[in-house]
Amino acid sequence: MTGDAPATPSPDPDGTYHMRLYVAGQSPKSVRAVENLRRVCEEHLPGRYEIELVDLLENPQLARSDEIIAVPTLVRKLPEPLRRIIGDLSDTEKVLVGLQLTKDRVDP
Amino acid sequence: MSASNDRPIATLSARPGITKSPTGIKGFDELTGGGLPHGRPTLVTGGAGSGKTLFGLEFLVRGAQDFGEPGVLLSFEESSADLADNAASLGFDLPALEADGRLVIDAMHIDPAEIITTGDFDLDGLFIRLAAAVQQVGAKRVVLDTIEVLFAALDNDAIVRAEFTRLLRWLKGQGLTTVITGERGREGQLTRFGIEEYVTDCVVVLDHRVRDELATRRLRIVKYRGSSHGTNEYPFLIRDRGLMVWPLTQVALAYGASDERVSLGVPRLDEMLSGGVYRGSTVLISGAAGTGKTTLAAQAVEAACARGEKALFVSFEESPEQILRNMRSVGIDLRRWVDAGLLRIWGERATAFGLEAHLDGLEQLLDDVEPSVAVLDAVGSLTHVGEGAEVSSLMSRELDLLKTRGITAVLTSLIHEGQPESSSTAVSSLIDTWVLLRNTESDGERNRLLFVIKSRGTAHSNQVREFRMSSDGITLLDVVVGPQGILTGSARARQLAETEAAEAARSAALEQRQRAYEGRAAEVEVEIALLRERLASQRAELDGLATESLRGESARTAVQESVALQREPGRSPAPSTENERGA
Repeated sequence: MTGDAPATPSPDPDGTYHMRLYVAGQSPKSVRAVENLRRVCEEHLPGRYEIELVDLLENPQLARSDEIIAVPTLVRKLPEPLRRIIGDLSDTEKVLVGLQLTKDRVDP
Repeated sequence: MSASNDRPIATLSARPGITKSPTGIKGFDELTGGGLPHGRPTLVTGGAGSGKTLFGLEFLVRGAQDFGEPGVLLSFEESSADLADNAASLGFDLPALEADGRLVIDAMHIDPAEIITTGDFDLDGLFIRLAAAVQQVGAKRVVLDTIEVLFAALDNDAIVRAEFTRLLRWLKGQGLTTVITGERGREGQLTRFGIEEYVTDCVVVLDHRVRDELATRRLRIVKYRGSSHGTNEYPFLIRDRGLMVWPLTQVALAYGASDERVSLGVPRLDEMLSGGVYRGSTVLISGAAGTGKTTLAAQAVEAACARGEKALFVSFEESPEQILRNMRSVGIDLRRWVDAGLLRIWGERATAFGLEAHLDGLEQLLDDVEPSVAVLDAVGSLTHVGEGAEVSSLMSRELDLLKTRGITAVLTSLIHEGQPESSSTAVSSLIDTWVLLRNTESDGERNRLLFVIKSRGTAHSNQVREFRMSSDGITLLDVVVGPQGILTGSARARQLAETEAAEAARSAALEQRQRAYEGRAAEVEVEIALLRERLASQRAELDGLATESLRGESARTAVQESVALQREPGRSPAPSTENERGA
């Protein structure tokens, strides 16, 4: 999963991460995902993140328009490029990789 | 899974309990006795470019257009625009159907490069999208193309499998007739991710293979639970009017039989066949190279056009212009019929396309021309395209095609010199009338003989005819039977001359005898005349004598009187001769 964008840590103008978390109702997975995301963000992006929570059961049309197949899905809209992290975000390492927040470790 | 299903769409079915949804794919519904299992998922799998997406598309479009069943297409591979283009190549207008509210196309964009999975998830997003789309148009049909992309993109096989199973259950629960396409896996695997294990009702495998540089497509129904189905591999074709499958033994020999006879254009041949062949029957003309097969076939076309009927001449060996020229050289002017719009000559190399494309092309031609007589010259060329069994199955389908339309078909077939008298494509059992042309070689020349080997339902002549082509067309001659068998060509001429000479000799002899007789008769006449003459002269002599003797008598009387006169006084003396007598 690394073939894509060069793992340049994204120095954002204002440095804020805009993210959307799509869930379907209040399933245990959804709840876990919300909790995991909050924890990771507090740890690694304190004060530099925005999370929008979307419940597809309430807004089903968003599933199509935002290309959502699996839930929970976390979409990082900013900084570019767009990233999707599917799952309950229980594996923090992977979440950090997905959000490209692993600047200390990735570059060889 | 419940066996009973009381959905409105039901078609002919092998057993009660299974209802079927017609796909509208030509040939496929016949093959399956009505289509895909209604309200259940079907897996259609095949390699890249095997036509599985088009199969799904046609299933949806026909459903929406022809069977009143709106549909949903979830595409994981192609964009809506690409799909619309693909469908347009089959003549389907997806955007129009979408605008009509009979179709929803949801092209899911999945880019594995921007996706990471971590931890537990499910495919509710997919379910929500699908449910929304189904609800939007009241869909009865769903196509998932190709769901396996999910297995590749989401690196959690266990979850995807579980979710896939849940999806199938949901689809069945909704009573949706579903086509799931799958990518062919490696050896023995029907799909790359083994999803055939989950789709248990119906599995169709599409194959696109290349053999001898020719591509052919095949379709096979691997499984169809609760229904009988054909198990063979069936050729299919992607045409500009949708897919088409050819069940090998589809036509149940149910065509009509006409009592009308049509001429093959050669009066003596018609005579041999008790007045021609039945309309709608199939005639095979076989023979070695240069025996005149094409010419004889062209003569049948000529006859049909002369009757005002339409004809089609399909050549796998010559171009239309070539045929026109060659036939003109034997006095058959086909161009006037082409100009009059009665005749269509179609030339194509048999090897240009696969067998199926060829069959499809023929069907299209028949649709366009609507001929009453069709010539296929020469069917043997098709053996270059496929193998024996394939070719003969193709032939039987072609003949079915012609027969069901009541078209009188004339096929030519090349037999190699020295081959037994079977036709190379083994179609002889499918044909009604079989005319064999054969070369005979003798006296340094080659001549042609014509035999009628069989003609179903017809008292046909057992006679061999000599077959002659000249600039005036075809003529059939009675063969001359000489001491060494049948004679043709110059041997025939010689035999005829000999017969004539013998005849002349005989009549000369007769004449001679006649003359001899006449001479003799004349001689006899002369003799008779001579004899008569002689007789007459004898008579005359006799008469002369009689007069003389009468004269003598009177003289004697006179002498006697004179003697008496002398002896007696007063009588005159008699001559002296009378003296002795009186002494």
